[in-house]
Amino acid sequence: MNLMMLLEMAASGFGERVAVQHGEERLRYADLFAAAGAAADRIAESGAKHVAMLDVSTLALPVALFGAAWAGVPFVPLNYRLTGAELDRLVQQIAPAYLVTDAARAQELGTRAGVLPVARESFVESARQGAPRSAEWGMDPDEIAILLFTSGTTGPPKAAVLRHKHLVSYILGSVEFGSAAEEDAALVSVPPYHVAGMAALASSIYSGRRIVQLPSFSPEAWLDVARRENVTHAFVVPTMLARIVESLEGRGHAGLPRLRSLSYGGGKMPLPIIERAMRLFPDTDFTNAYGLTETSSTLTVLTPEDHRAAAASDDPKVRRRLASVGRPLPSVEIEVRDEEGRPVGPGERGEIHVRGEQVSGEYLGKASRVGADLFFPTRDAGWLDEEGYVFLEGRIDDIIVRGGENMSPGEIEDVLREHPDVEDCAVVGVPDEEWGEAVAAVVVPKAGTAPTPEALREFVVSQLRSSRAPSRIEFRAELPYNETGKLLRREVRAWLAEEPG
Amino acid sequence: MKLKAGTRVKSAVCTTEVMVIQTPDADLDLRCGGAPMLTMAEQPAAGGTVAAGAAGGTQIGKRYVNAEGNLELLCIKPGKGSLAIGGAPLALKEAKPLPASD
Repeated sequence: MNLMMLLEMAASGFGERVAVQHGEERLRYADLFAAAGAAADRIAESGAKHVAMLDVSTLALPVALFGAAWAGVPFVPLNYRLTGAELDRLVQQIAPAYLVTDAARAQELGTRAGVLPVARESFVESARQGAPRSAEWGMDPDEIAILLFTSGTTGPPKAAVLRHKHLVSYILGSVEFGSAAEEDAALVSVPPYHVAGMAALASSIYSGRRIVQLPSFSPEAWLDVARRENVTHAFVVPTMLARIVESLEGRGHAGLPRLRSLSYGGGKMPLPIIERAMRLFPDTDFTNAYGLTETSSTLTVLTPEDHRAAAASDDPKVRRRLASVGRPLPSVEIEVRDEEGRPVGPGERGEIHVRGEQVSGEYLGKASRVGADLFFPTRDAGWLDEEGYVFLEGRIDDIIVRGGENMSPGEIEDVLREHPDVEDCAVVGVPDEEWGEAVAAVVVPKAGTAPTPEALREFVVSQLRSSRAPSRIEFRAELPYNETGKLLRREVRAWLAEEPG
Repeated sequence: MKLKAGTRVKSAVCTTEVMVIQTPDADLDLRCGGAPMLTMAEQPAAGGTVAAGAAGGTQIGKRYVNAEGNLELLCIKPGKGSLAIGGAPLALKEAKPLPASD
């Protein structure tokens, strides 16, 4: 069991189809297969223990991913924005590393210990010109396929371990071989170091769907490429969809009739954005996919039918499912448990636990967090409704405990966002002598408005209990987000700790 | 042979190779093209041919299941022989439409 099996089948079943496209450059499946083999020879010769990539998405990405799989070493996509010091710390964990990067960085890193830098252009060129020496690769399903450094809320980044068995079982369980039509094209605009980027690559290859890379996202570039390449499938994170929807402001229709499927995940999708998106793309199927790096990506899906049924329903219980992340994949079990680890019933809040072949839950150098019963605690708070739809309430660690009462910051943020003067907000707990924690909010006011803390507090109390009203409200021009649109709550907490309350 | 999920087996008489997705914990008379299938390490005897009646072919990427529903094989490499347990041919598994989430 090796990722290479998926590419080998694709090259055999539809070798002439285009696998990946970057601008005008194309790589067919048969070529990608041969290039992976040639790259594997280079990698094996170098003696590297890992293949790292410090770059945006280019054709070097699939060649490096499969070349590493063929050579039997883990593939480690890194955030191209890493600073020298951050990179050094990560490299320590994976040295000696064969590092594919842009020409300038390759030059700069030439003398770094533990790193063999290779410019992406020459990496791809020599792979395309070479031929694999042997068609053998390791078949041990327990070998590590990919390491993904995740930014934890505390401490330095940890490397999540995904073994071949996790990824291959995930793909075989969710994709039908060669099921893509010849004209299908998938627009992948998430970075390679995001698990969704890796999953999209593997899924598209196994289904035979052409991948169109968009290395640098802007809503205009996305719409342009989608139109030009007749893109049929796309995956975005919620902030990308928000920006796309905003750039279509004033138009009744997105004008992308070929776009059959738009999937999203990797963060919370605000209800107003998905509602507007469904109106702008009325012929497109929307899918919300919830998953974690540690679970090889998708665990639950809110299907296109779920989206339409919820949007059309008068029943509030059905309507609210538009804010859920749907139901588990057939190969996945979900359980919500309380603090003592006991399963709770529908409607009761707790921590989401998951079990399935695709679940890894391991980090490099640390013990696995998968329990003896093989359930993995996701650290996500949430609940199930009677039909098994999963509702998320943010990270367990972000839950505010005020006077013994648990509060989800997301609930308060959703209400604040409904205030006409609020553009964006973040709610966090701050230490409090009387209550243990107090509710604090940092608000970005809408341009031209100046809401008062009292007005906002009253607004929250009118919708939720008075205990939920932030006792402290600060105003800022913007909130801290990472590249894939995740709110960085620890930075918000740090701001509040610095400012006198 | 005793099968294990995740392992590959090959035909002795054609190019078919399959991967075991699911298997009962039992010794099975797994055949392809009428001949018992081999582990990847075994070498087929020379001159073997696909038996008539077991020449329906096995297609790449398709899954094959037994009547009991506890055996599932994924075809990794296609071939002329068809799969069976003893004399009972395996059936093509219906492709469920799965949501495109990636």
